[in-house]
Amino acid sequence: MTKILMIAFMMIFTQNYVLVQFIAICPFLGVSQKFDSCIGMSGAVIFVMTLASAVTWLIYTYIMVPLQIEYLSTIIFILVIAALVQFVEIFLKKFVKPLYKSLGIYLPLITTNCAVLAVTLLNISENYNFVESCVDGFSAGIGFGLALILFCGVRKAVERAKPPKSWEGLPITLFSAALTSMTFMGFTGIADKLFG
Amino acid sequence: MKNKWKIFTNGIFKENPVLILLLGGCSVLAISVTVSGALGMGGALTFVLVCSNVVVSLLRKIIPDKIRIPCFIVVIATFVTLVQMIVQAFLPDLYASLGIFLALIVVNCIVLGRAEMFASKNGVFDSLLDGLGMGLGYTMVIVGIAVFRELVGSGTLLGYRIIPEGYQIGIITQTPGGFFCFGAAMALLIRCMAKKGKKFDPRIGCDGECGNCNLGCENKDDLIAIAEGKIAEIAEEEGAAV
Repeated sequence: MTKILMIAFMMIFTQNYVLVQFIAICPFLGVSQKFDSCIGMSGAVIFVMTLASAVTWLIYTYIMVPLQIEYLSTIIFILVIAALVQFVEIFLKKFVKPLYKSLGIYLPLITTNCAVLAVTLLNISENYNFVESCVDGFSAGIGFGLALILFCGVRKAVERAKPPKSWEGLPITLFSAALTSMTFMGFTGIADKLFG
Repeated sequence: MKNKWKIFTNGIFKENPVLILLLGGCSVLAISVTVSGALGMGGALTFVLVCSNVVVSLLRKIIPDKIRIPCFIVVIATFVTLVQMIVQAFLPDLYASLGIFLALIVVNCIVLGRAEMFASKNGVFDSLLDGLGMGLGYTMVIVGIAVFRELVGSGTLLGYRIIPEGYQIGIITQTPGGFFCFGAAMALLIRCMAKKGKKFDPRIGCDGECGNCNLGCENKDDLIAIAEGKIAEIAEEEGAAV
């Protein structure tokens, strides 16, 4: 139980994918302009990441390890994720209309979201068991959403400011991302103290 | 011949994948901590880019249009796995320092973007040159940022100490420093371009959304237009529309 809590805490705060590990920077910069799209994107990412963690763990443990094709994990995982995203899209479209309406347009973008591939590969290299993998995927998604929503607020404030001419646009956005990530540095070391 | 040279230099300057097309920012931010890591990453990405461009270009008439993205991903993932194995076997130190980002070349939009925008429409030799140019452009930016970050952040260059211990600014090597240096590099570019009288508008091509590169890309027409060097025309049209 402690380990599961620790994984969740680490993925959300101390090892946050976006602000500490530099994974999934593109959607972070691209989607964070509007609050609504932040929520939609985070929801879709949490959903797909949890599902992808579970499915890839099962495929790895029960198909790839017995066949000794672990070295193909990159190829197989990216295909599994692509297929999974398609499948989820079709399923939601058919059976869960309201969820599809809110997440639908973000789903196709997720296949090339590096966070999803990263979480599946890291689950394997960290030797997590099934439950730990699912928790890892879920909390990494939460961490991504937290960073996205926090940064959306920062961006709103920055838009009203007037930076030097050459810093306008993306440079100032990156600079505010630097400040946001600095706040997350404050969590360094907390995990060890909390969970021993 | 001049035309070929243009394709090659296109990726280095005019359409630099990192600074102008804004693709593949994750690995640039994460790996630019040390120069040796940056060189390794640049080499790995260039290799994958050249190989996937050549193969995609060879197969461009065979791959059905509807399933082209999965096909490209399989081609790219194959070469990434190859690179992973080679680096793991011969350069274990580099493998450890690149970590997950070596595998993440699969979803690096530079590779997928060039397969979609260039290699699937052009001949083998042109695609090879495009891959080389884009790879070099990427390597130049990541190494440039890494030189600054390693020198200021750890006081070393390729592992050799340049600035005495105790005078380095540690935060430059950490996450905030990465964002800051990338932003500063972009601001510098904008300033240089403004001096030359050119307008820098990367957002016209891509919102920085990797996912948007190929799948449901709203700016696809703009991207293709940029690939054909029609920035001026778009700007005029937009001006007229306003």
